[in-house]
Amino acid sequence: MKTRNNILTLGALVVFAMLLGLADRTVGNYAMRILNLSAIYIVLALSLNLVNGFTGLFSLGSAGFMAVGAYVSAILTMSPDVKDMNFFLEPLAPWLQGLTLPFGIALIAGGICAALAGLIIGLPVLRLRDDYLGIATLGFSEIIRVVITNLQSWTNGAQGLKSIPKVSTTWVVWGVALLAILFMSRLVHSSYGRQLKAVRDDEIAAEAMGVNVFRVKVVSFTLSAFIAGVGGALLGHMITTIDPKMFSFMLTFNILLIVVLGGSGSITGSVIASIAVTVLMEAMRFLDEPLNFLFLKTDGLPGLRMVVFSVLLMIVVIFRQRGLMGEREFSWEGLARAAGLMPRSKKGGLA
Amino acid sequence: MLKIDNLSVHYGGIHALQGISLEVPEGKIVTLIGANGAGKSTTLKSIVGLVKPSAGSITWNGEPLITKGTKNIVESGIVLVPEGRRVFANLTVDENLSLGAYARNDKKAIESDRERVFTLFPRLKDRMKQKAGTLSGGEQQMLAVGRAMMTKPKVLMMDEPSLGLAPLVVKDIFTIIKEINAEGTTILLVEQNAKAALEAAHFGYVLETGRITMSGEGKKLLADDGVRKAYLGEAQ
Repeated sequence: MKTRNNILTLGALVVFAMLLGLADRTVGNYAMRILNLSAIYIVLALSLNLVNGFTGLFSLGSAGFMAVGAYVSAILTMSPDVKDMNFFLEPLAPWLQGLTLPFGIALIAGGICAALAGLIIGLPVLRLRDDYLGIATLGFSEIIRVVITNLQSWTNGAQGLKSIPKVSTTWVVWGVALLAILFMSRLVHSSYGRQLKAVRDDEIAAEAMGVNVFRVKVVSFTLSAFIAGVGGALLGHMITTIDPKMFSFMLTFNILLIVVLGGSGSITGSVIASIAVTVLMEAMRFLDEPLNFLFLKTDGLPGLRMVVFSVLLMIVVIFRQRGLMGEREFSWEGLARAAGLMPRSKKGGLA
Repeated sequence: MLKIDNLSVHYGGIHALQGISLEVPEGKIVTLIGANGAGKSTTLKSIVGLVKPSAGSITWNGEPLITKGTKNIVESGIVLVPEGRRVFANLTVDENLSLGAYARNDKKAIESDRERVFTLFPRLKDRMKQKAGTLSGGEQQMLAVGRAMMTKPKVLMMDEPSLGLAPLVVKDIFTIIKEINAEGTTILLVEQNAKAALEAAHFGYVLETGRITMSGEGKKLLADDGVRKAYLGEAQ
């Protein structure tokens, strides 16, 4: 059973890679960019799901960690010439001016800096609970944004950074997304993952079993910050331009929406919702343009797209309170049962 | 032997335990009875390190426990089944049991302990892959006890195991408590159901607003007029 599933998974990966390669060659820049953006959103949604869904910590700090990752990695990959061009108001700190590192290292450095920020903020803030924690992390995220706006000689302030090397290619972003999926699914099925879920379900009982609740929270929060930092770095190197306004609360909100929509506590849900939301937001752009559809005629209502999208969201939330997947995960057995190839087992539903 | 000496606990300005002393000899069932707010749960919580005492000492075979963390206390063989069951609702029965063995590394012994839990509670085996939140109240209490058994305890402490359960289930739970004790595990039981607790216990303490007011063999306390009036609801 297990080897058969592994073969199936490997096969699916090969097919997926081939499709991705094919798409890369045929579908054009615009469509490819949307596809790659979904991969980045997968990384970000998994990062938030780790704290919100699996550890039960209501964190709203994603944008802050992304900003740290994006800025650190961008400054590390830009060539001295590009830095000169960017920092015309105040020069960049001299030791950073000449420093240009390969993208891989910059990506990890961005993640590590975000993780450090997560650790520093997590130690005091993780003593709070629920909505208090939400507000504290939200505040932190805004502080990061303001700090970045004002650190002119480090971040170029409100002008942002331009001409960041465009190195987040299809293979890079989907590679990182797959790594994130693999890491998360290994983590949640490990004994450490069980501890996360135990802390989420009942802190007192977890503590009574000898689980160090506070440490589990800090580790989960720091890990999540690392992944968010990597996601931010990927985003910066895809769009090639970053500025502090990009990392506002709306960004965190989008990621939170994906996590809730997919089902908090489900990796599969986060993956599906990341792709669905990213693609749908683009696919519905036609709604903002002049419409002539049977009885419906408009002459361009900017914002209609968001109205329809919000209605769709409400429908999902009303009919599936726990998100598309609830807490369930994809499994080959579940797929076979859904397709009617295998009888439903008497006990559980999808594994 | 688990020994508590002159233990005091403050919650802010409230003096919850005012210097209590008690002993739990090895292999016995000891019960702590008393009304709401008497300090029963606080006593258990301070033994496993979930509450920091302000004065006094707790020793396990002569070794002080107060400075140790909960994980170390669990590792040294003292475990608490918290009040209100508190199973991990979104984890399966099996995963709940695995979390009980969280502080252990001896894989083989863990598996045999899992089997032992399933012999004590056959119902749990049938529901192994079910989420704990979908179990009935009685089954959840059994899971909470089973989860604690997975730590391989020398002292099993239970906070109100009969809370909110049907009388028949309460009977089952007490039968199992005696069974676990007969296999050599020391038990410290906190109960509001004084009658059931005193009948099962070798020794009992009566706690009133943070002080121990009476102690003696279970059967003797059960026969005591004061206890009968205050806790067993008998008219004079």
